[in-house]
Amino acid sequence: MFKLSEIIKSIAVSAWFMFLTFPILVIKVNTYEKTIDWRWKNMILIGIASFFLSFLWRYMLKQKEYGSDKKKSKASSFFKNTVKNPKFYTSSIVLILCLIIAFPFVFSIYQTNIMTSALMYVVLGLGLNIVVGLAGLLDLGYVAFFAVGAYSYALLNHHFGITFFMALPIGALLGAFFGILLGFPVLRLKGDYLAIVTLGFGEIIRLILENWNDFSFGPSGIANIPKPSFFGINLSIYETTTYMYFIMILLVFLTVFVVNRLEDSRIGRAWIALKEDEVACQAMGIDKTKTKLYAFATGAAWAGLAGVVFAAKTSFINPASFTFLESAIILSLIVLGGMGSIFGVITGAFIFILLPEYLRAFSDYRMLVFGAAMVLMMVFRPQGIIKKRRRFYKISDSGGKKQR
Amino acid sequence: MLKLEDINVFYGNIQALTDVNIEIYEGEIIALIGANGAGKTTTLMAISAIIPQKTGKIFFMGEDLRNRSPDQIVSLGISHVPEGRHIFPHLTVSENLDLGAFLRKDKKMIKEDMEYLYNLFPILAKRKNQKGGTLSGGEQQMLAISRALMAKPRLLLLDEPSLGLAPIIVKQIFEIIKKINKESNTTIFLVEQNANLALKVSFRGYVMENGKIIFKGPSDGLIKNKKIKSAYLGL
Repeated sequence: MFKLSEIIKSIAVSAWFMFLTFPILVIKVNTYEKTIDWRWKNMILIGIASFFLSFLWRYMLKQKEYGSDKKKSKASSFFKNTVKNPKFYTSSIVLILCLIIAFPFVFSIYQTNIMTSALMYVVLGLGLNIVVGLAGLLDLGYVAFFAVGAYSYALLNHHFGITFFMALPIGALLGAFFGILLGFPVLRLKGDYLAIVTLGFGEIIRLILENWNDFSFGPSGIANIPKPSFFGINLSIYETTTYMYFIMILLVFLTVFVVNRLEDSRIGRAWIALKEDEVACQAMGIDKTKTKLYAFATGAAWAGLAGVVFAAKTSFINPASFTFLESAIILSLIVLGGMGSIFGVITGAFIFILLPEYLRAFSDYRMLVFGAAMVLMMVFRPQGIIKKRRRFYKISDSGGKKQR
Repeated sequence: MLKLEDINVFYGNIQALTDVNIEIYEGEIIALIGANGAGKTTTLMAISAIIPQKTGKIFFMGEDLRNRSPDQIVSLGISHVPEGRHIFPHLTVSENLDLGAFLRKDKKMIKEDMEYLYNLFPILAKRKNQKGGTLSGGEQQMLAISRALMAKPRLLLLDEPSLGLAPIIVKQIFEIIKKINKESNTTIFLVEQNANLALKVSFRGYVMENGKIIFKGPSDGLIKNKKIKSAYLGL
């Protein structure tokens, strides 16, 4: 059944893994008694596990290369039929809506809070998706616009008493303004160089916030940022949390709606075209500069919006919340979920933000699992969990009906 | 209609075009022929301003094209089919065509033009919902030409439409170029390595060598010219 060569390969793999994990898993130095524990049992376990896992690994790779199509197409056609069934479609939408509305009343404040921050990342992800997924501009400093939004609410409220709902559009506009500001110098750059410059921009904003004490109150941050008020009524903590949750739900709906419309619009088409071929775009009369600036500005506007909500939600912000790691998380949730696909980005955000929260019991291994998951993703499904499917219109001979 | 006066283009220290003078009248098909690296593509790029650094003057319908961006030039009525086709591989055929009409706002006319092009290239109508990258080379060239025509140009710049295509397809494409010129009175500026074909289709021709125009004149005259025959026609 198994070829000898495969078994030898697996033995080699398990030997390599045993060697690699030897220092961490086998040797344990007891500094108190000055002895060394040799945990040979671990080594044997690792050896056996990697031996069998390597078989699984090769089997999966083979499956990916050929064969698996048949099974998949059956399953997917069944899936498609159920999704297309209008009864199923409407009832599932109603069900999801009910779930969304009932969520804060069923679960605890803690759960609602986690959900709100996950929704925030959905908005951030969808915003960055405009820049990276549609226009193909790799932006590693996206969190800078998030910071701009958060600080614009915090500072405007501190100095001028501007309320949350007034700050929302201001935050978005300021975000867009900074997007254009960053956009201008980087327009000539492509690929890696663009990534480096945007990365630098993100750090610049963070460093300014950290060091310009008179303006941003430095590393100590701004505290006591008020939560949004409900028509002037003071709410209890429980009520505010619920309220924030619903504000965030509305924002997510707005974002999904706008991004969806943008994708089908001319400017959205131009973004996709710009990603594919710049020379052709110019020959078609698409203004490269303007189109790229639009992408940066719209993407940044959503980050500004999310920033305002973030400041209101946590009621305390300081520059430490806006490190490069945040940008990386937002970018990786897009990649994990499926670049360019709205549904994919939402899924990615939920997985990325919710899983670590619920797996706190395994928090020691979080990074390990995270890294392993990323590697597996890139090998087996590089397009992301939910692949972007471009919508196209079929025009039948009898009357034009559009279909997905 | 289009007039190039003493155009010089540099890539860094290298001079790609030296004092190029070309004039094109309305309704003509003009061929620009020459060997590899003679500067033919650069000439087209200079007209559509994809290369911004140049000296000299370009006039289109009496308007100076200096300091105009590529999109402004398209809106004036000059469409460019870049060398190597440059279609959008992940967009469908109809989306590719739609992008060609990016600067136009008259939705009804756009639809009509699309239908006209589908009639001109029936194969594209068949492939309407297929991604551009899945088309064959000839189909891609047809798509690139149609996409440029979607902008309703008065002057069409064609860069090497025969590149990498089978002789039968090349013939088809040249037939259609003639047809476009006749039916919609579009002036065509054709850059080609296939000198024989290009001179047969065109009214007048220019011959380029090392960034300079060395011959010009009516196409049938150029075909008979002994020097051109030996250098470019291989006869």
